[in-house]
Amino acid sequence: MTPVQAIIAKELRVYFVSPIVYVVGAVFLLIFGLLSYLYVGFAGAQAIQLMQMQGGPAQINLNDLVFRNLFASMRIVLVIILPILTMRLFAEERKLRTFEFLLTSPLRVTDIVVGKFVSVFVIYLGLVGLTTLVPTVLMLFSDFDWNPIWTGYLGMVLLGALFLSVGLFASAVTENQIVAAFVSFGMLLTIWLIAGLGSLFGDTTAGHVISYVSYMEHYERLVRGLIDTSDLVYFGSGLVLMLFLTHRVVESTSWK
Amino acid sequence: MIDVHNITKRYGHHTAIDRVTFSVAKGEVLAFLGPNGAGKTTTMRILTCFMPATEGTARVAGFDCTDHPLEVKRQIGYLPETPPVYQELTVTEYLTFVGQLRGMAGPTLTSALDQSIGRLELGAVRHRLIGNLSRGYRQRVGLAQALLHDPPVLILDEPTVGLDPKQIIEIRELIKSLAGSHSVILSTHILPEATAVCQRVVIINKGRIVAEDTPEQLSARLRQSEKVSLTLKSRPADCESKLQAIPGVLQVLPGQGGGTFLIECELGRDLRDELARVAVMNQWGLLELRTVSMTLEDVFLQLTRHEDHSTEATEATVSMSSPENQDR
Repeated sequence: MTPVQAIIAKELRVYFVSPIVYVVGAVFLLIFGLLSYLYVGFAGAQAIQLMQMQGGPAQINLNDLVFRNLFASMRIVLVIILPILTMRLFAEERKLRTFEFLLTSPLRVTDIVVGKFVSVFVIYLGLVGLTTLVPTVLMLFSDFDWNPIWTGYLGMVLLGALFLSVGLFASAVTENQIVAAFVSFGMLLTIWLIAGLGSLFGDTTAGHVISYVSYMEHYERLVRGLIDTSDLVYFGSGLVLMLFLTHRVVESTSWK
Repeated sequence: MIDVHNITKRYGHHTAIDRVTFSVAKGEVLAFLGPNGAGKTTTMRILTCFMPATEGTARVAGFDCTDHPLEVKRQIGYLPETPPVYQELTVTEYLTFVGQLRGMAGPTLTSALDQSIGRLELGAVRHRLIGNLSRGYRQRVGLAQALLHDPPVLILDEPTVGLDPKQIIEIRELIKSLAGSHSVILSTHILPEATAVCQRVVIINKGRIVAEDTPEQLSARLRQSEKVSLTLKSRPADCESKLQAIPGVLQVLPGQGGGTFLIECELGRDLRDELARVAVMNQWGLLELRTVSMTLEDVFLQLTRHEDHSTEATEATVSMSSPENQDR
């Protein structure tokens, strides 16, 4: 077992012994289920309206009415929930003084950062995996196109990875878990609002550049079913940047 | 094995350690002694590559702490001030994790695990969550972590804190048994611990080394007079003046309790038989007569007070620790 694998195994173990995963997981799945139920309910109501107007069976598009809305709503859920999942990663180590132990073990800082990120990402993937139950059940009762759903899920995975890396960074800068959660929450919300700032500039170069920084348009395209290389590059480089910054923060503790 | 040369660590304008130089030979146990905030932990953190020194060089097993931190970390078993344990893991899980971080696996890991659990008598709690263990057990789990990979160099920051008296003795025995095969640095502010376990003591105060020697040599060097404690049945009025009159007696100080005196004599003179003769002749009722040796505690207080009160004192103690002045 390499040191990275050892760290991943230990982090997963700690996550499942403590109540965080169960609480966060339950809330995440509950909200996903509830939102799905609501959007399916709205779609049903619209179908009935259409039926009354047309007088015959109505065709409704579940992709547009349910899944697009569902994935779009998950943004705010992820902004609120993921910082709770990441807040302990470094802050707890600092608080319990195990941070010194990690840094005096024969490990590279990269091993620590990657190990911690992968462990929380695995948990997130598990939670996202469980939500596929919703389209699977809906498939039994109706017909829809799976392709935009897969790209929507890809979007949710990439967006989640980016959020988790921001949370990891926030956790590395403080030894207080509440502060860590709040810092990542603030950062994620700020990056969200940058999209609004971009639209103020309209169709100008500055406007495009500013909008590009926000994850909004990149995620929206994936939810709509478009896979664009520039979006993948955005999520990939954002993730690498945040992990790099985390690396620097962890490393710099020893300079002080 | 450990070579520290002129290391200085500054936090902004505050100098935590100032030009500290010392070395530890293979198999030697060295105590780092000093009041809280003297710079013990900072020195240990530099040696374990947790933080770099502002100036100077530190080498462990031939590897420089700044240039080859990974190599240095492999040679060291480190117990920080607070035992670095994860409360959500059991003792076995935790030690397995520590072993895996050090690249151990399979039978090597299993045997190392059993050995360190046996050494620190953790067998009874090995499947319990560390979060549910007492402070003493956690400290022992921390020690087991440092010993797991049988490192040539052990750095222990206050290893007996939080243990009960029986455990303290056991841990001291364990550290003594490591001498010879391991180089050990342990920090402590408990003086008998240093006397009990270590071959050499480094006394550090306000970031500077004020003395470095064996515990016995240290007390011998700082002794300016022989001291004898004399206990009499009662306290006759004239006894002090009569004692003072004995040739060679420098000072007679009243000790604790009614008939006890502390008598300072000239260096190198044993006046016990003379004192006994005077006491018996005067029928004072002699109960006890013994020489008082200087404890490490006295040495420590003398040295650290020295430092606090005058700047010249620093030079005096520094020159005191150089070999040509040993007869002082």
